[in-house]
Amino acid sequence: MEKRVTFRGWMLPLLLIAPQVFISAVFFFYPAGQAVWQSLFIPDPFGLSTQFVGMGNFEYLFGDRHYRASFYTTALFSILVTLASMIPALFLAVLADRLIKGSGVYRTLLIWPYAVAPAVAGVLWLFMFNTRVGVVSWYLGQLGYDWNHVLNGSEAMGLVVVASAWGRISYNFLFFFAALQAVPRSVIEAAAIDGARFWRRFFTIVLPLLSPTTFFLLVVNVVYSFFETFGVIHTITSGGPQQATTILVYKVYSDGFVGQDLGSSSAQSVVLLLVVGLLTVLQFKFIEKRVHY
Amino acid sequence: MATVTLKDLRKSFGPDEVIHGIDMEIADGEFIVIVGPSGCGKSTLLRMVAGLETVTGGEVLIGGERANDKEPMDRDIAMVFQNYALYPHMTVAQNMGYGLKIAGLSKPEIATKVEAAAELLQLDGLLDRRPKQLSGGQRQRVAMGRAIVREPSVFLFDEPLSNLDAKLRVQMRLEIKELQSKLGVTALYVTHDQVEAMTMADRMIVMNAGVAEQIGTPMEVYETPQSLFAAQFIGSPAMNVLDARIEGGRVMLGDVAVAETGKRAGPVKLGLRPEHVAPDAEGPLAMEVLLAEPLGANTLLHGRLAGTEIAFTASLQGVHLASHGGEAMRFGVDPVDCHLFDPETGHRL
Repeated sequence: MEKRVTFRGWMLPLLLIAPQVFISAVFFFYPAGQAVWQSLFIPDPFGLSTQFVGMGNFEYLFGDRHYRASFYTTALFSILVTLASMIPALFLAVLADRLIKGSGVYRTLLIWPYAVAPAVAGVLWLFMFNTRVGVVSWYLGQLGYDWNHVLNGSEAMGLVVVASAWGRISYNFLFFFAALQAVPRSVIEAAAIDGARFWRRFFTIVLPLLSPTTFFLLVVNVVYSFFETFGVIHTITSGGPQQATTILVYKVYSDGFVGQDLGSSSAQSVVLLLVVGLLTVLQFKFIEKRVHY
Repeated sequence: MATVTLKDLRKSFGPDEVIHGIDMEIADGEFIVIVGPSGCGKSTLLRMVAGLETVTGGEVLIGGERANDKEPMDRDIAMVFQNYALYPHMTVAQNMGYGLKIAGLSKPEIATKVEAAAELLQLDGLLDRRPKQLSGGQRQRVAMGRAIVREPSVFLFDEPLSNLDAKLRVQMRLEIKELQSKLGVTALYVTHDQVEAMTMADRMIVMNAGVAEQIGTPMEVYETPQSLFAAQFIGSPAMNVLDARIEGGRVMLGDVAVAETGKRAGPVKLGLRPEHVAPDAEGPLAMEVLLAEPLGANTLLHGRLAGTEIAFTASLQGVHLASHGGEAMRFGVDPVDCHLFDPETGHRL
C-alpha cells in the first residue's frame, strides 16, 4: 500500500508548492544569484560603470590580511556564542526539570529574553557596559578593573558574545527543557537503582538521550552566530576596535555599504554562503552519525 | 538475600492518603505477589520499597535494616519496570553492565558476569544489539539480565509482563519464577493479573484502595477469602455474590435453604464460586441459563437465578450445549464452598 498521497496530474502539486517557491525565489535565489553575478565585476569609484574581472575579486580577497583575520574572528565568535548560549541553557533546563513547584513562573521568566530583538539587546548591554555611564563598568571600576571595550579588542569580543548569547539562552532552554521532559522517568529511575547518582546519570544517560536536540541546537546556533548577530555587533562595536569584532557577515556589510565596494562585498557573501553550506553538510555528515537513537 | 519487613507503611500525596498502613514480614527467598486493580496503590507500595517514593509513615526494613531514608542505590535491590526502562543508547551488554561499571568492577569482570547472565537468559547472540533492535520478549529478558547481574538481595517487578502478548506472558511467567527460585532471591512482584498472582506467588497481598485486604498463600486466598473484595478479585470467572440471610442455622436465599451454618442470624453476603456448583436436579439453586461459553475443558453458563434479576455464573466440566435462551437448570452446592461475608464490612464471617 502506498501511504503517501499521490497526485494524478502535476498542475495541482505545482500550485501547492508555488507560494514557497515564490518566496524562496524572491528572497533567496534572486539575491543569491545577484551576489554571484556582482562578485564577478568591479564598479568604478562613482558607481557609474562596472568592469568584468572574473575571479579577480576572490583573488584579491584571499590575499587580504584583514579578510583572513575576519575568518579567525568569526570562528572564535561563533564557537564562543554557541557555547555561551547552550551550556547555561542546558544547566537552567536541568534545574527547571527538577523543580516541582513554580516551574511555570521560572520557565516564563527564562523565555522573556528571547522576545528582545538582537539590536535592542545590543543596546541594553551597551548601556550596562558603557565606558562612561555603564553600571557594570562602574562597578568593575570600583573593583579596580578598567573596563574599556572601545579600546580593548578582547573585551569587545567578550561583550558581543555575551550580548548575542543572552537572548539565545532562552531559545535553547526551551528546546532542552522539552527534551528533558521527554526522557522517560523510568529510565532515570532504573539508572538510580543501578547505582548512578545525579551527575553520573546526567552524563551517562540524560546527555546521550538529549543528543538529537543538542545536535539540532548546535547547527541552529552556529548559523545564528554567523548571521543574526549582525544587529548586536552593529549597535555595540560596529566591528571594532581595529576590526576585533568584524565577523564575516559584518565585513560584507561594511565593505559593501560603508566602503561602497560592491564587487568585493558580493564575493564575500558568496564565500560566506559556501562556508555555511559546508559547515552544515559537515555537521550532518560527521556529528549526526554519533547521535544516538 | 534478605528479608523485607513493612511496618504500618503509609503514603500520602498531599492531603490524600493512598496507602493506609501495611504490615508484612517477607522471608528470605520468598516470592511475594502484590495484586490488585489499577489505582489500588500496589505500584506505589513497590516504589516505596525501591526508594523511588518517599515513605510518609511507618517503616521499610530490608535485611533487618531501616531503609526509609536510604537512596535506591544503597538498598541492594534491583527492579524490572513495566516498560523495561532500557537505556536506548546502549547495547544489550552495556545495559546489563551499567550497574557493575558504576560499582567499579573491571572490564573483564563485567564481561564475565554479563555473559553468564546472557547465557542464563538465552541472550547470547544479542549482546551487541541496541534495545530497539529487540523484540518485546527479548527486551524483557535484558531488563531481567540487568537486574540479576548485580546479584541484589531483593528483586522488584512492576508489572513486567503486561506489555507482552498472551502466549509470551505465560512463558515468561514460568521463566521468571524458575529464575527466582534458582537464584533464591527475595522477590516482590506487582501485577493486576490474578492468574499471575495465583501461579507465581509463594504468598500474595491482595490490595484494594490502599489497604491489604488479605495476605496469604494463593490457596488460602482462594479457599478462605477474608473479604468480599479478595473473594471476587481472585478466581476466574469471578465469584457469584448473592444477598442472603441466616435463619435458624440455615443460609436462606429467598425461600430456599442453601446450606447449614453455625453463624449468627441476620443478613449476609453469600459467595459461591462458579466452579463449585454442580448440576443436581434436587439442588437448591434454580438458574435460568441465557448464554453458554464453551471453553473446551469446561463451559461457562451465564444467566440469572430463576424468578429474579440476580446474575449468576456457573462453570461446568466438559462441554455443555445450551439451548437458546431460558433453559432451566438446578445446582447443588457443598456447604464448605459457601463463603459468608458481613454485608456491611465485607469481612468473612
